[in-house]
Amino acid sequence: MCNCGHDSLVPQIGIITGITQETPDVKTFRVNAPDGGKLFEHMPGQCAMVCVPGVSEGMFSITSSPTNKEFQEFSIKKCGILTEQLHSLQVGDEVTVRGPYGNNFPVETEFKGKNLLFIAGGIGLAPLRSVINYCLDNRENYGRIDILYGSRSADDLVKLKEIQEVWMKAPNVNVYLTIDREQEGWDGHVGFVPTYLKEIGFSTDCIGIVCGPPIMIKFVLQGLKEMGFTDEQIYTTLELRMKCGIGKCGRCNIGSKFVCKDGPVFRFDQIDELPNEY
Amino acid sequence: MYKIAIKDLNTLFSKIAEEQELILPIKKAGQYNFGVYEEGCDIDGILTNKTVKSGKDAFFPQFETLYNVRKKITPADELENGEEAANTKIRTKLTIEAEALKDKDFVIFGMRACDVKGVEVLDQVFLTDPVDNYYKARREHGIIVALACHEPEESCFCTVFGIDPADPSKSKADVATWIVGEELCWKPITEKGEALTKKIESLLASADDSAVDAEIANITSIMDKLPNTKLSLEGWGKGKTDEKFNSDVWQKIYTPCLGCGTCTFVCPTCQCYDIKDYTTKDGIQRYRCWDSCMYSDFTLMAGGQNRTSQVQRFRQRFMHKLVYFPDRYDMYSCVGCGRCVDKCPQSLNIVKVIKAFENEQKEAGANV
Amino acid sequence: MQGLIDRLTALLSDGTVARVIGWKKGDMAYNPEPHMFETAESLKDFVYDGFCGANLSKMMIEASKLEGKTAVCLKPCDTYSFNQLIREHRVVRENAYIIGVGCRGKLDIEKIKKGNKGITSISGTELDGSDDIKIETIYGDKNISYKDALLDRCHVCKGKDHMIFDEVWGESKDTADQERFAEVEKIEAMTPEEKFAFFRNELSKCIRCNACRNVCPACSCRKCIFDNTKFDAQQKANVVSFEERMFHIIRAFHVAGRCTDCGECSRVCPEGIPLHLFNRKFIKDIDKFYGEFQAGKDPEAQSPLTDFTFEDIEPGERG
Ligand SMILES: Cc1cc2nc3c(=O)[nH]c(=O)nc-3n(C[C@H](O)[C@H](O)[C@H](O)COP(=O)(O)OP(=O)(O)OC[C@H]3O[C@@H](n4cnc5c(N)ncnc54)[C@H](O)[C@@H]3O)c2cc1C
Ligand code: SF4
Ligand code: SF4
Ligand code: SF4
Ligand code: SF4
Ligand code: SF4
Ligand code: FES
Repeated sequence: MCNCGHDSLVPQIGIITGITQETPDVKTFRVNAPDGGKLFEHMPGQCAMVCVPGVSEGMFSITSSPTNKEFQEFSIKKCGILTEQLHSLQVGDEVTVRGPYGNNFPVETEFKGKNLLFIAGGIGLAPLRSVINYCLDNRENYGRIDILYGSRSADDLVKLKEIQEVWMKAPNVNVYLTIDREQEGWDGHVGFVPTYLKEIGFSTDCIGIVCGPPIMIKFVLQGLKEMGFTDEQIYTTLELRMKCGIGKCGRCNIGSKFVCKDGPVFRFDQIDELPNEY
Repeated sequence: MYKIAIKDLNTLFSKIAEEQELILPIKKAGQYNFGVYEEGCDIDGILTNKTVKSGKDAFFPQFETLYNVRKKITPADELENGEEAANTKIRTKLTIEAEALKDKDFVIFGMRACDVKGVEVLDQVFLTDPVDNYYKARREHGIIVALACHEPEESCFCTVFGIDPADPSKSKADVATWIVGEELCWKPITEKGEALTKKIESLLASADDSAVDAEIANITSIMDKLPNTKLSLEGWGKGKTDEKFNSDVWQKIYTPCLGCGTCTFVCPTCQCYDIKDYTTKDGIQRYRCWDSCMYSDFTLMAGGQNRTSQVQRFRQRFMHKLVYFPDRYDMYSCVGCGRCVDKCPQSLNIVKVIKAFENEQKEAGANV
Repeated sequence: MQGLIDRLTALLSDGTVARVIGWKKGDMAYNPEPHMFETAESLKDFVYDGFCGANLSKMMIEASKLEGKTAVCLKPCDTYSFNQLIREHRVVRENAYIIGVGCRGKLDIEKIKKGNKGITSISGTELDGSDDIKIETIYGDKNISYKDALLDRCHVCKGKDHMIFDEVWGESKDTADQERFAEVEKIEAMTPEEKFAFFRNELSKCIRCNACRNVCPACSCRKCIFDNTKFDAQQKANVVSFEERMFHIIRAFHVAGRCTDCGECSRVCPEGIPLHLFNRKFIKDIDKFYGEFQAGKDPEAQSPLTDFTFEDIEPGERG
């Protein structure tokens, strides 16, 4: 259910109150309402439309956790017209934001009391970070947490500082990092995420949450299945072209679903039911 | 039931237009399209000719501004005291001015039963949470005067979808009208319709409800003779995704499709839109305009996904109308108006699609 | 027509061609659709009658990329388009087996529908059919003359010779009985205000579908400028003056010197806008300024607009 207020297509103004350069092409933007408060309340996994007026508007995962009471964050990868413009903005500049849109990870239902295995690649960490921090802030509600995160290189690991200083130190949390190719100064694991996944060999007593480039998702899914995971045990997010964000413009329509409204979070058995067009 | 002589319709229209905007079919450069009534506009033949586009523009215009954004760019040396310029030279401040919603009543005259059903289809989309306020405001202020189809055309197949072109009083219209001889019979259906009727009562004479019986019977018998009204929808609808999506019939029939989108633009139920920015001299206009799943850029993303071939896009249009929409909203999103049948430059259309699947089934049956 | 089907069947069966592009029988009296026939068996649905106005040459762009030869049925006017496509390296001549089909003009269903609703059958429109066609409707039957129902373009037909073909089938009949530039001259004679009003009125009907562009054999760019998202115009916004007028004017400029006057744009426009008038005005001016030129007549000929000679008209000179 969306709580985007009465004018679902008219955005609010958001002020950029902080920018962190995460990797050469990813920046995290901290955004507040003009009065300094939060723009809206959201749940982990939800997204919002961020717009540089005159350029264009794009859908981005809200990467900060709902438990953050001060601001919202978006981790944005530079890849086109809009994202390039966003990367040229500075603290104090304004953008427009509308949302939150879409469903969320079932952190209060299916995930509760379970062990969780997060598997992310590259910018795919953005939506998962919201869930991870939510779970860490409500630690008593969840069992063991394993996080497997990989990127092209050590410089491409988003939110590395937070991973090392917060996640790795949290109780009953195991973090596994990997990069695609050998690199000077990196003494951690080297190899693709799906391969590393099999090397570690997680037990199936948990829920798998996968997010990353389509090719990674494909092989991770294969890996998890080989390890004995069922479709009902694995969650992911779908990414399609979006314009309205509210299930009306038709762009993200697959079968009877609108990814912007009924997704972006899907369980794999739900994805299996969709016509193969994503 | 009321009536008015057809020759006096212009008087009726100008009376209605005095108090509120009146939208009706107008003949312009040889074609019939819905437009705003003005003194002297050409209304010759509007009672019997199907419009090129449906009346959906009245509620969901092909183009509309959503809001305007003004940008104020402040050089750093003019920033107020205490405001820190970070590492910046300028600041961009924005103000958003949402476009005013429709706040005046208007009348739309001459929609057919199929067009009215088309509005019902749009309602499913735009009035479900989260509500589209631009649409909702127009729906609340719009008064629909529907017209029974005096001369249905060979492309019409509305009855296949359970629509009765003979009796618009069964539709969601506010007023139903019929052509009976030299007169137009007028029957208010809803409160809105009653209120409109009150305003023009002086021009109307009263008539018996049975005055339209013969016309209803006549239209019903014509519909029965039309070639496409026997179409069977068996095999379509809810839950047919796998069966239809994976069929190889699409590949066999799509080739001539130009991806031109004509079929979606003339269709009363197509609701897909684009949202775009336009930079004007005093701000940025954010507008929406109709879009079409037939267009190659509709879903295009960096990785080239999804629906990258015309056969996939062609399939999307018909699957959406006949399977996905029923799945989601429990009704077809084709109303059988026949406009795509009339207007596709390559003579493809939803009827041919339905027939192609039917033939395939027959052939498959014959081969077993 | 059976003769043509037999010939096509033979071509398919003996392996000369791998497929046939032609017209497939419609489900109504007047709506055959362009179709790619892949088997001899499927040719039972092949049709060639008065309603086969669609120009099939553009379908050869895709068909050229397929394995083997494709037989394509082209009317005399369609062959100009095909030549032009060769000129622009959009089709591969060697991959086409061109059947030049005879033509006695094609019919305009919009003209027939005026005054004839509820059509259930139309007969006598074949190539060897009668001078009158019989229209049956649920409201009554009527005979009209074939000539009165012709597409406008057929009244100014460039001639019934095929500009390019491998073989010819069927007997053509001359249909040109109007002056090609008469309509253009009528508009040229208008005052600027009248001209503006005329085009405003016509173009205000444009619903900005892309039928005219997508059907046009000269509009074969892989990505049209109007589909470029980086082009700051109110794309798809049909009600603003730019889209309303400029789209068509820019398109006319883009096809100038390449438009063969095939008339498809006007035939397919759902709003009946006489789009060919723009292009024909350009043709008339090109003829006047650079000497007579017919795009598509000769695939080797240089178009005056992509050529330079010292005799060329100077910018600013008017016609
Ligand atoms: C539900 C959802 C969540 C997302 N979350 C994030 C996030 O947290 N961080 C992030 O960096 N990106 C995210 N994206 C992707 C982001 O929306 C696009 O990368 C962005 O809109 C591209 O805009 P652009 O103007 O810079 O690119 P453009 O210049 O418009 O295009 C660059 C290329 O990207 C393609 N593109 C356009 N829209 C999308 C899209 N929605 N997805 C993928 N490719 C697209 C274009 O077709 C083009 O080929 C998300 C997308 C969705 C649908
Ligand atoms: S089906 Fe016809 S009208 Fe629709 S996009 Fe294809 S060619 Fe155009
Ligand atoms: S799909 Fe065709 S027949 Fe059906 S409502 Fe749309 S235009 Fe009318
Ligand atoms: S998906 Fe296609 S058929 Fe369905 S409403 Fe949108 S444009 Fe129309
Ligand atoms: S489809 Fe039905 S309601 Fe629509 S114009 Fe034809 S007869 Fe009338
Ligand atoms: S512009 Fe029109 S007449 Fe000229 S080639 Fe294109 S479709 Fe034919
Ligand atoms: S983005 Fe418009 S329907 Fe999903």
